[in-house]
This record gives sequence, C-alpha cells and structure tokens, in this order.
Amino acid sequence: MSTGVAITGMGIISAIGNNVAENYSSLLEGRTGISHISKIDTVHKGSIMVGEIEFTNAELEAKLGLSTNNNYSRTALLGAIAAKEAIADAKITNIKAYRTGLISSTSVGGMDMTEKFYYDYLESEDNRRYIEGHHAGDSTEKIAEQLGIDQSLVTTISTACSSAANAIMFGARLIKTGKLDRVIVGGADCLSKFTINGFKTLMILSDSYNTPFDENRKGLNLGEAAAYLVLESEFLVKKEKKKVLGYVVGYGNANDAYHQTASSENGDGATLAMEKALAVAGLEPKDIDYINAHGTATGNNDLSEGRALIRVFGEDVPEFSSTKAYTGHTLAAAGAIEAVYAILSLQNNIIYPNLNFKTPMKEFSLIPQTTLKEKALNTVLSNSLGFGGNCSTLIFSK
Amino acid sequence: MEKVYINSIGSISAQKTFDNNDFLEEITTYEDNIIPVIEPNYKDFIPPAAARRMAKGIKMGVVASKIALEEANLTDIDAIITGTGMGCVRDSEKFVTAILDNNEQFLTPTSFIQSTHNTVAGQIALGIGCKGYNFTYVHSSVSFESALIDALMQLELKEAENILVGGVDESGEHTNAIHKLIQHIKPEKINSNELLNSKTAGAVFGEGANFFVLSNKKQDSSYAQVLGVKTFNTLAISDLLANLEAYLKENNLSATDIDVLISGNNGDIDYDNYYTELTNGPFKNTQQVVYKHLSGEFNTASAFGFWLGAKILKTQQIPSAVAINTIKTKGFEIVLLYNQYRGKNHSFTLLRRC
Amino acid sequence: MSDLKQELKEKIITQLNLEDIAIDEIADNDSLFGDGLGLDSIDALELIVMLDKDYGIKLTDPKEGKKIFESIEVMANYIAQHRTK
Repeated sequence: MSTGVAITGMGIISAIGNNVAENYSSLLEGRTGISHISKIDTVHKGSIMVGEIEFTNAELEAKLGLSTNNNYSRTALLGAIAAKEAIADAKITNIKAYRTGLISSTSVGGMDMTEKFYYDYLESEDNRRYIEGHHAGDSTEKIAEQLGIDQSLVTTISTACSSAANAIMFGARLIKTGKLDRVIVGGADCLSKFTINGFKTLMILSDSYNTPFDENRKGLNLGEAAAYLVLESEFLVKKEKKKVLGYVVGYGNANDAYHQTASSENGDGATLAMEKALAVAGLEPKDIDYINAHGTATGNNDLSEGRALIRVFGEDVPEFSSTKAYTGHTLAAAGAIEAVYAILSLQNNIIYPNLNFKTPMKEFSLIPQTTLKEKALNTVLSNSLGFGGNCSTLIFSK
Repeated sequence: MEKVYINSIGSISAQKTFDNNDFLEEITTYEDNIIPVIEPNYKDFIPPAAARRMAKGIKMGVVASKIALEEANLTDIDAIITGTGMGCVRDSEKFVTAILDNNEQFLTPTSFIQSTHNTVAGQIALGIGCKGYNFTYVHSSVSFESALIDALMQLELKEAENILVGGVDESGEHTNAIHKLIQHIKPEKINSNELLNSKTAGAVFGEGANFFVLSNKKQDSSYAQVLGVKTFNTLAISDLLANLEAYLKENNLSATDIDVLISGNNGDIDYDNYYTELTNGPFKNTQQVVYKHLSGEFNTASAFGFWLGAKILKTQQIPSAVAINTIKTKGFEIVLLYNQYRGKNHSFTLLRRC
Repeated sequence: MSDLKQELKEKIITQLNLEDIAIDEIADNDSLFGDGLGLDSIDALELIVMLDKDYGIKLTDPKEGKKIFESIEVMANYIAQHRTK
C-alpha cells in the first residue's frame, strides 16, 4: 500500500454545521439540514427543499472582516470561511514559508450575484463591482487572498458534481510529484436560482426529504456548502512534526461516456473510477472498510452507483451510506464535504447512517448502513459522480 | 521523466486556422471591439443529430479536437483535459434570462445542461467514447495552462501516452455588454492592426478553441516539445523578471537562450506594461511575436499563443502578421510564452523544437 | 386534429432544433424516440415543458412522458383529451 499524501487540516461549512465540530455532532445525532427554502429570493420558497446554511451574506462578510463594498459572491464567502478553518486546523502560521498552492472547485461561482443584478448592471452602476466576481475562478482568487497565497499555483476545477473530488486528486498529485510542498484543496458552491431551477428542469428534485438508495426515492435536495483540506508533503510533515489526520492514498477519475447528464445503467464510469483508485492505493476491494457513496437519491444515480459497487466489491460490499440526506447535494463542494466526513469516520471509527432509508431497491440486494455504527476503520472510499459522465473516487486511510 | 511532445493541433480562431496546412497566410482584419471566430462548416465534422443541441463553444471544441485527433492519427485518447474561463456562456445567459423573464416558470433543461463548465470535455468524450480521465479547469487566464500542467504530470510520469488538451471559450452577448460597461472591453472600435498600440484601456474580446494532442511518443506529425509551464496567481510587476529568470534557470536556460518570445499583450494600456518589462528588458534583442490582435482576448486566448508557438517551431517560419521585429528569421529552437490578464494569473510556457 | 398534429410537428422541429428535418418527413405514427426521430431523454423533458406551457398539461413524473410521446398520433390524442388551454 502506498503511503499517500498527508492531510493536516480541514474546514467545512454546510447545512449541518458551521465548522468541523458542528458537522460531526450533527452526523452523530442524525440531524438533517434539509428544510424548505427560506433565504433565497425565489418563487420556490416554501415549496422546494434544500440544505441552507444559516448565516446571511452580511454575517459571513462580518466574520471575514470585509468592507461593505466588497464583491464576494456567496460561494467566495463560504469558501473563505471553510478554507480559513482548514489553515487554522493545520496550525499554519506562515503560509509563505513553503510552496503553497490552492486548488478549489465550484460549479455556480458567482452566479448568485449575476442572477440578482443581471438586468440591473445595464441600468445602474451600483453593483457593477460584482461583474468581475462571476467567473468560476473568482471565488478561488478571493480565497487565495484571504489565506495570503500569492505568486503561486492557484487554479479552479469545474467538473459538475465531482469537482471537489477532482481538486483533491489534482492537489494530491501536485504533492506527490513534488511540485508543491503544501496545497489547500476543496470546493464551494452556494445555492442559486440558477441551480435550483436547473435541477428542477431535469425533474430530479425530490419534493420531500431525499432518501438515498431507497426503492421509492424521488430525487435529490440541493445544498450549499464549502470544505477544504490541507495536504502536505511527507518531508514537511516530518520537518514540522505535523499531526496527520489521515492520508489520501487512492484516487481515480473516469468518464462514463454515456449521456450528457445521466449515468450509464451499469455504472461503467463509477466502476472504472473505483478500480483506478484501488490500483493507485495498491489496495484490494476487501481492504475497504466503509464507503461514503455519492448516493444523491435520484433514480438514475443510485441504480448506476449501486451496480458499480456490486461490480467492484461483488457480494461483499462493505458498509456504505450516503450523507446527502444530511447536507443535500452540494454539487461542486460535495467531494470535499464527504472527504471531511471520511476523515472524521477514520478518526472516530464511526460509520454514519444513511438517513431516510426504508425499502431496498428491487434491482439488487444492497442495503445501506442505516444506524450509527462503530467499527475499526482503516480505509474509507468516497465516490463523486457528475454531469458529463464525470466519475471520481478517493480513498482515505488512517 | 519522459519528454512531452505536441503531436497535433486543431484551431478555430478569428483567423482561418482550422486547416492545418495554412499558417496565417491570409489575415482577416477587424474594425471592432468584439471579434468572432471564422467557423468551419461544422456539418463536415459533426452529424446533424449530434450537433442540434450543441452550443457554439461545444461545436468549436468538438471540431478543434477532431482536427487534432485526426492529425495525430488517433481515434481514442487516454485523457481529455480542457480549460475554459466561462464555459458555454451563451447557454448560461440564456438560462438566466429565461429564469428572470418567465419568473422561474416553463424552463427547459437544455441550456442549463450546456452551461455546465465541463460540457465540452464531456461531449468530446461522449463523441469518441473515451472513458478515460476527464478534467476541466476554469481559472481565468490560466485555465488552459492548468490543463497543461495536469497533462504534463501524467505524460512525464508515463501515467498516460496520449492526452487531448485544449482551451475553449465562446463569446456571449450579455457578458460582452456588461464588460463594456466596466471598460474591460474597449469602448471604441479599433482596427486590428492598431490594437496593440492603442493607448486606451480595455481589450478587444474574442473567442476560440485550440486543441492539441500531447504525447510522450514523438511521431512524424510532432510540432514541438513542451519543456514546461508555470503559473502564478499574482505577480507584482517588480517581481516579474526575477520569477521569470528563476523559472528559466529551473530549466537550465537563460534569457539569451530564448529564440522567440510570444507575448500575450492585448492593447490594454493599463496592463500591457507587464509585457514591456520583458520586451524592453532582457528580451529587447530577441525575436518578438504577438497574437491577440488576431485572436482577440479571452480566457483561453493563450492556447492560441501555444498554437502559434507550435506552428513556428514546426515550420521554422514567423508570419509577418505576428512579428514585432526581425531579429531572427531562422533557426528557432526555443520559444517562451508569457501571458497574464489584468495583472493576474500569469503564465510562462517553454517550447523546444523537436 | 390534423391541425394539432401539424402544429406539434412544427413545434418539435423548432423546439428541439431538428433543422434538417422537414415537417412532411414526420409521419403521424413514426416513433419519436429511439429508431424513429431519434429523440432522447433530454428532449422528453423539453416536451414536458411544452405540454405545460402551451396546453396546460402538467406531468410530474418524466416516465409518463415516455408513453405520451410515443408518436405524433398518440401525443395529439393525449393533448386533445387533457388540454386546459
């Protein structure tokens, strides 16, 4: 088994908590963050269910000490909060001491402001400062600025719902190849009318609480979130005697090449991604102790992913669960949210329950873990599957 | 570490570049502040059933990648890595407009699906049935260079043999309109021949798709070797030369080893001073080349610069339309590309004759 | 009824960008999906919105669309029976 890339810090903000500790206690208590839309100005307020973060933009701006004429999108605000927690957790005091990069990911970027001021921009000068904040790289640039990362490798990945998993993968490879000593990796996505209506047109939004891997699942709930990990080289960990939270030992990305949005029925892409990740980690399927599944609770995803799990693990699929019923599907951030949850699993030897599950799917006999379970965990596998057939798997170890 | 070669190219730009036999023999001059690409006949490349839902950016990307795959004589590829600053921005605009104009009612999915940044890479994979690695970088003017860094790592370590890398951006009406309001686009229409000496703020916006097959196996069609690429999120003008020298040194090179400097200046008086640090400094007596008067400025315009560098090294010619001076007319061995946008997201790329 | 069928053909061609197909190339009983006109699941979602917007018919489950959009004939019959506008 490869030694992997050390994780020395993590930060998160989601519908179930504003930091790592709050997220973990919600996971343990089975507390969902899903409720009817209450904060976004949309006609779907009170009808569609999502995972909203409690803070308003003004509250987040105050936390970051931003001036009132800042041009941060909510994506940038959430990202900066989570990334700062990760840096503090890793006890990094001088970010410039080593070659430090930032690989972030987002799908909506600054769309929340664009949709708000779209026509207003043409009429009034008041909010034009947000025009530059639209593109996907902007939130990353702002996070880099908040962390003090300059003259360095800073970039953004956007591969729909697998984005943050891919950011972690790219970051891990940059450390492995010695291009960087340290890299902050993760993703951020806020809720917007754009994504809420977009997923509604695809008719894959549930009108109730999402129920991953359940025969009667009705679709997903969207959520907003941001999460970041600090990855450091072996050299740096030894030199600085850093506390290691866990390791990224395996990663794989593959394309389903089947359909623009849907996954193939046999889960080709997900199967390939898991196989690649196992090969990189030098592990056998039997070595995996817990799977944090993508499990969005759409008809298509859970069938495709479930079949892929069976193809890779055969009859002995280890305990698995989806945490989407807690947070909602946080799109580009999902891979990083679930990476944080995977590390917490490893640290605490805990498997989270797949909430809202009642009836097994008729296509196979897979049953997710439905109660909180203690188990000695050494390796956790996490899947992230997205539009454009983009399938990614990460494997974490103690 | 394996050497990495550019084995083929495919370009759709504001010049007629989709035919790989041509090299800027005929130049199209524009008198505008937004310039479109010269499109090939997409039907020659994409079946109508597949093309009917494709946004312009997808068509450009799919066709440029087909041209590149064909020249490399490949039908499949190990990985597809794209860069795009804005993705299929027209569909994003279309979906936002529909949301606002219809008060979130009667919305259809097509424009939403296409607005996803990885649509082009996904569609290329779908078109050729490529189940390999598929990544999309979306970071302003280093979107393409980020894709390059990723591809180089895989090829140098022999994790892959052939990788399709490309940059693609389409121009969108609303996006252009609001960028005029904040003077990122020049308020005045300007002749392409005068653009780079314009002495006014803002750029001329363009669009384009430039795709390449990179490989660790050299073949007859190879254009050049990629020595490396480095990006910087920020770089104060006072730190530019020191960082460039350090980068050249990492590659055992110095400024005098560079035969051709390809600069990404776009005629924006507020930010072109970064380039003059190089052109009036250590590269004063180096053969200098420019291209954004031909391509326009867009987040992945530097991929057109990369195309230009590859072409120069293969043909050993510099078309007069891109030459700033005539220091050197033959024996081009090493090309350095430098690009940034509005003082941020800088990149150095080094190519060598192969 | 034949007016409605004609109208549907026109709408399908424009809405789904079938620019290479002429109205008279679509027979009333041709299957719209698969081997026929070659429409797919994304087109089905587009057609569901068309039913809602133009004829006041709301479908909540995309699977219902599969049967209704079998052919122009089936579609026209369904719309004639269920339309509210």
